[in-house]
Amino acid sequence: MKLATRYLGLELAHPIVASASPLTSTLDGMRRLEDAGASAVVMASLFEEQIRAEDTAYALLTEHGSNSQAEASSYFPELSDYNAGVSGHLETVRRASEALDIPVIASLNGTTAEGWLEHARNLEQAGASAIELNVYSVPIDPAVSGAEVERRTLEIVRHVRASVQIPISVKLAPYFTSLPHLAADLVRAGAGGLVLFNRFYAPDIDLKTLQMTRSLPLSTKAELPLSLVWIGLLSRRVACSLAASRGVETEVEVVKYLLAGADVVMTTSALLRRGPEHLGVMRDGLVRWLAENRFESVDAIRGLKDASRVADADAFLRANYVAALTDYVPGKLVQ
Amino acid sequence: MSAKSVVMDGNTAAAHIAYRVNDVCAIFPITPSSTMAELTDTWSAQGVKNIWGQIPVIQQMQSEGGAAGALHGALQSGALTTTFTASQGLLLMLPNMYKIAGELTPCVFHVAARAIATQALSIFGDHSDVMSARMVGFAMLAATSVQEAHDLALVAQVATLESRLPVIFFFDGFRTSHEESKISLIPDEQIRSAIDDEQVRAHRARSLTPERPVIRGTAHNPDTFFQARESANPFYARMPDIVQGAMDRVGALTGRPYKLFRYSGHAEADRVVVVIGSAFEVLDETVAWLNSHDERVGVLHVALYRPWDAARFLAVLPSTVKRIAVLDRTKEVGAVGEPLYLDVVTTFAEAFAAGRVPAMPIIVGGRYGLSSKDFDPAMAKAVFDELKQSRPKHGFTVGITDDVTHTSLTVDASFDLEAQDVVRALFFGLGADGTVGANKNSTIILAADPDRYAQGYFVYDSKKSGSYTISHLRFGPRPIRAPYLLKSANFVGVHKFDFLYKLDALSAAAPGAIVLINSPYPADTVWDELPNEVQQQIIDKKLSVHVIDASSVASGLGLGSRVNTILQTCFFALSGVMPRDQAIEAIKRATERTYARKGKAIVQKNFAAIDSALANLHTVPVPAAVTSRRVRLRLVPDTAPAFVRDVTATILSLQGDTLPVSALPVDGTYPTGTARYEKRNIADQVPVWESDLCIQCGQCAIVCPHSVIRSKYYDESRLAGAPPAFKAVPINARGYPDSRFTLQVYVEDCTGCGVCVENCPAHSPDDASVKAINMKDRLQHLDAGRESIAFFETLPWADRTRVNFANVRGVQFLEPLFEFSGACAGCGETPYLKLLSQLFGDRLQIANATGCSSIYGANLPTTPWAANSEGRGPAWANSLFEDNAEFGLGYRLAIDSQLGQARALAEKLAARVGSDLVAAILGAPQLSESDFRVQRERIVALKTALAGATDADAKNLLLLADFLLRRSVWIVGGDGWAYDIDYGGLDHVLATGKDVNVLVLDTEVYSNTGGQASKATPLGASAKFAATGKTSPRKDLAMMAIAYGNVYVAQIAMGANNEQALVAMREAEAYRGTSIILAYSQCIAHGTDLRHGMKQAARAVASGYWPLFRFDPTMRARGMNPFRLDSPRPRIRLEEYRYNEVRFKSLVQTHPDSARRMLEQAQRALEERYRLYEDLASRDGSRFQPHWEDSSS
Repeated sequence: MKLATRYLGLELAHPIVASASPLTSTLDGMRRLEDAGASAVVMASLFEEQIRAEDTAYALLTEHGSNSQAEASSYFPELSDYNAGVSGHLETVRRASEALDIPVIASLNGTTAEGWLEHARNLEQAGASAIELNVYSVPIDPAVSGAEVERRTLEIVRHVRASVQIPISVKLAPYFTSLPHLAADLVRAGAGGLVLFNRFYAPDIDLKTLQMTRSLPLSTKAELPLSLVWIGLLSRRVACSLAASRGVETEVEVVKYLLAGADVVMTTSALLRRGPEHLGVMRDGLVRWLAENRFESVDAIRGLKDASRVADADAFLRANYVAALTDYVPGKLVQ
Repeated sequence: MSAKSVVMDGNTAAAHIAYRVNDVCAIFPITPSSTMAELTDTWSAQGVKNIWGQIPVIQQMQSEGGAAGALHGALQSGALTTTFTASQGLLLMLPNMYKIAGELTPCVFHVAARAIATQALSIFGDHSDVMSARMVGFAMLAATSVQEAHDLALVAQVATLESRLPVIFFFDGFRTSHEESKISLIPDEQIRSAIDDEQVRAHRARSLTPERPVIRGTAHNPDTFFQARESANPFYARMPDIVQGAMDRVGALTGRPYKLFRYSGHAEADRVVVVIGSAFEVLDETVAWLNSHDERVGVLHVALYRPWDAARFLAVLPSTVKRIAVLDRTKEVGAVGEPLYLDVVTTFAEAFAAGRVPAMPIIVGGRYGLSSKDFDPAMAKAVFDELKQSRPKHGFTVGITDDVTHTSLTVDASFDLEAQDVVRALFFGLGADGTVGANKNSTIILAADPDRYAQGYFVYDSKKSGSYTISHLRFGPRPIRAPYLLKSANFVGVHKFDFLYKLDALSAAAPGAIVLINSPYPADTVWDELPNEVQQQIIDKKLSVHVIDASSVASGLGLGSRVNTILQTCFFALSGVMPRDQAIEAIKRATERTYARKGKAIVQKNFAAIDSALANLHTVPVPAAVTSRRVRLRLVPDTAPAFVRDVTATILSLQGDTLPVSALPVDGTYPTGTARYEKRNIADQVPVWESDLCIQCGQCAIVCPHSVIRSKYYDESRLAGAPPAFKAVPINARGYPDSRFTLQVYVEDCTGCGVCVENCPAHSPDDASVKAINMKDRLQHLDAGRESIAFFETLPWADRTRVNFANVRGVQFLEPLFEFSGACAGCGETPYLKLLSQLFGDRLQIANATGCSSIYGANLPTTPWAANSEGRGPAWANSLFEDNAEFGLGYRLAIDSQLGQARALAEKLAARVGSDLVAAILGAPQLSESDFRVQRERIVALKTALAGATDADAKNLLLLADFLLRRSVWIVGGDGWAYDIDYGGLDHVLATGKDVNVLVLDTEVYSNTGGQASKATPLGASAKFAATGKTSPRKDLAMMAIAYGNVYVAQIAMGANNEQALVAMREAEAYRGTSIILAYSQCIAHGTDLRHGMKQAARAVASGYWPLFRFDPTMRARGMNPFRLDSPRPRIRLEEYRYNEVRFKSLVQTHPDSARRMLEQAQRALEERYRLYEDLASRDGSRFQPHWEDSSS
């Protein structure tokens, strides 16, 4: 069975990739994933905002009390090799890149133009095989238009593209008015791949305390359709790799995404729930499904059911929409 | 390589050499020498090599005695070894020093000379310590300046190697050790070439080795010891020549020649002052001025004090000298004179007797500069003037007013030698605002110009929260030789507006000086906000005044209170010391250098601050006349006791130097409870009580580190006359329908830490962020707060016999007798001390180890231990750092002895005072507060019965009767004391079984000296002396104490379980044997926001890192399990606790592998330890070590 897959120009043993999560924040975690059979890992994101906050806290906490007392000019040892926040992350990238045989894809979430560029360069120098740009922001300023959000996203990609040599992908939110247009622009700006889609922290209100709460519940396969539709729509329409994310629980979702046209399928929640070893189970399940359905390779099923096989994608969507409505029978959902 | 000019302090200058010419450094922190030890540890961690290409081995020891022992052993084993110390530390080394010298072992002890504790402790500089070591057989070499601290450190090393005599190399603590000065750094190549490797090899060849076995440290009998003691005389005889040779050698390399005795002044001087240390520079400046005014004077500096070279001394003095004043920076009570004086007199006497000098000059001795008392040109001139008197005073003092024994010289304070081409800048800053750090940077920036020299010296408040700093900077075209405080500044920065109301900040402003004020008021309105006195000074001196609201700018940029770079930029712009653009670039470079290692975010924020500074800087129009009706604040109220009004207030106003000798107690005995008179008003925000939300649980009060939250309940009728703002609600306890409850916040004493708010469990049902106590703007609650406090203080404290001591809710009603200390905001130690004072305060006697708790507990001007309305309260004393356990045991021995005498006398006099009364007194159980109340009444009855008696027994019993009330003895200190320096003593005290209670305020580092690792420091924590993470786990002191079987042991943590802490303290006190309590104490040295400190303590417990338990031997005596584990199994991973703290988190950045490894080790260790504790807790009572109680029962 041929499972070999190409993603962002990287040769992978198969299409199932462990995406960014606490599991991929440590070398040990990434080793476990490699041992479990992951074809690549996306490291936990480097959050510029978090690093800035940590740096500031470190500076203020270590300065606290300094040069205030006759007996103690400071309260902490001078750590000349303290490179503030980012160095530990880069060190993990470096060590993982050296220790692992599979590609280590870094993930970056920047907040400033300098941050995107500087950290992208650092990640490349640390040995990352590729960088996934995690463009995560919630535009709340009424003065910022959708076009402006897209322009900023493209600008980030262009600048990062110009400053690093390794492939870059862009992990997107699903909330763009014209995703295919943006996708095409992103590819022109230098994105080698798109990851569909990002997930968001879920705010909630605790009715006991009346306080806002925040959580990031693990995804379930109920989240599959949104990504599936867009993978299907963009497959073969944009000249870049496509990574499907969200709702990948078993090999069933893996197969569906591949059929829709994904180059790779990324999974996190299932691994957090079931342990890294589940990745191997999914890969074995994929092999089994291919064999049972008499496919000899993943390439054979990739995009088999994508929207390009339909003459009019809009009609494809509309038909599905109409079908969904007409199929709906009151009472069906509560059973 | 050519020499590089750098700005550094004297400690750094000396340590730079010491590190490079040694293999081993045995270290222990003590002010003001700690920096030297810290630097060597830092350099070693960074891989900096010595001149032989090796990284020196740095070993922290448990005490200076330990450091000397390790050093001695290292020397005997062939390593070039050094140490750094001061004061009591040097005293602890004395026994070893005799040995090291007796064995002719070359080494250099680097000493930042400091006062020795006598009637009081002082961390500041004088020569009391080194002069106490002058008999040990070390050579003694002294430096006058930062440059000399550098150069002569090398001379000392060269000389010791050649001579084999060990050297005490010393310089003035603080004045030189902490002065930032531009010096020329000796390149490593020059250091290398100064050291003769043959002599190094010779040293190594003399070391112990089984290959050539010898024996040292033999014991002698009367037949040989004496002769052997004299055998080394030739080495001492050669030493002066060797030191001079070393000076010549180093001088040839550096171009800076030195002499054993340096004379400066008129070639035909008739008057000369002889001195050691930095005062030489002051005298030298003064000599130059006097000689330019037709006088003939000179000054002689003694660089090599031991061995004393009489011939060279006489040779450098002009033969014309008729009168000599010898200045000693020490006091040798009862001697004919101080040490240097005696040497000079003897030298002349011997020379005169031998005919080597034609006449005996008049020689007088005087003392100056004890405990860093400033010594300035006016004082120097006073000494020369005194020598003009027909009979100059011997044994004089200069720099103080001695109105008791009239030793002091009169000083013309207006005499000033400041050169007009020297920029003199004085900055009043807050400790937290970064002023000192910025000023250190300014000296570096300005000294970078090869034609400019800089000096920075910094004076600090003794408080640890809201403390002020005063920076004294000089910049000029010549090397600055002015080791004294600025008296006349042409720039004054007032970095907090309140200072203008509290201090006479402009008194040192020279006419026409520039004044920069960090002002919340804009330039066009600030004039009316100034106090009357300040307006007058501005007009009279024609000062140029400028304001900037730096606090708002900094706050807006996320820099908190750190206004330093903003005001630094303004200083450069206003003072004109550099072109503005150039200055801003330089400030940015310096800022980047300072903060680069801490991340770009903080650098960028500071850049933004620098860029926005000048746009916010405005000149204040100064009217022709004073308009303000505001006046400077009175620092203590008129109602304060006379001592507080006369003495304390003077110190508070920074005029303590003016207090005469008669104003101060003769024996170091001071009144307690003076902190209450100092209303510091340092918090921007203070807690405000929401009475309708409050559940009256007392959790806010018990955790308040500064005792500013107090609770009373009282009859409703007492509310008559309450001010409108006074809050009172019905008490929510059954059975008190007419009682009202008030929780009063002492707004002027609060440090604004917010710990109370974080610990409050009650919140609004509508908004959980609104608690029953919330931080609000102090100024808006100040007036109402003052009125409420005044009324609150008229309300009675709860009757202690009616208070439930068993829970936090009850204890809040007990009066704290430890209040408003100078501890850090959010301090984790002080809540325990406050609780101690509440529970046992009126019969409490404390032995307090030196450290944070002795500084916030007893550093003048104001102290927190207080008395209650009956005049009773904790009696407190500090002996030393290294003997506190023994000191406290001594209390108990004396108390028991006098109690025995009192009991015997009471029995003897029973017929006179009533046998029933005596029986009741002697049989009193003294367990509960009611018991104590009744016992006090009995003792009063006893005294009444004996009043007026004239027989010895009655008079003795009257004096001893108070011992019949059970005294509560507590031995208090930090982990540096308990785990390290006095561990041996503590262990012995625990073994005695005597009724003393030990409270270890465990911050897991030496907090007071700046966060050095102790044996309580946990595995994987980064601390000074363990920068890459402590590789061994903390000592399980609790288990060691439990091993005795008859010691009550508890581990407690406020924030995690306040009730358990309370119960443990009461049980420990009630136990009639030895008790020890380890109290988790969060600290700024942990690198966590102390506002959340109690929650962090709770995490320490939840993770299993700090399990709570009690080991009560009385349970064992009753056949029960004495070990009770009070905290549940670990509920969170260790990292969830640890990674909220910089001490652990920083290691993840610097050494991720070892951080992870040590975290895993620590996790496993705590799990194993917890299993052990669980095992102990689940045993039956028979499986514990039996002890004396069992056999006696």
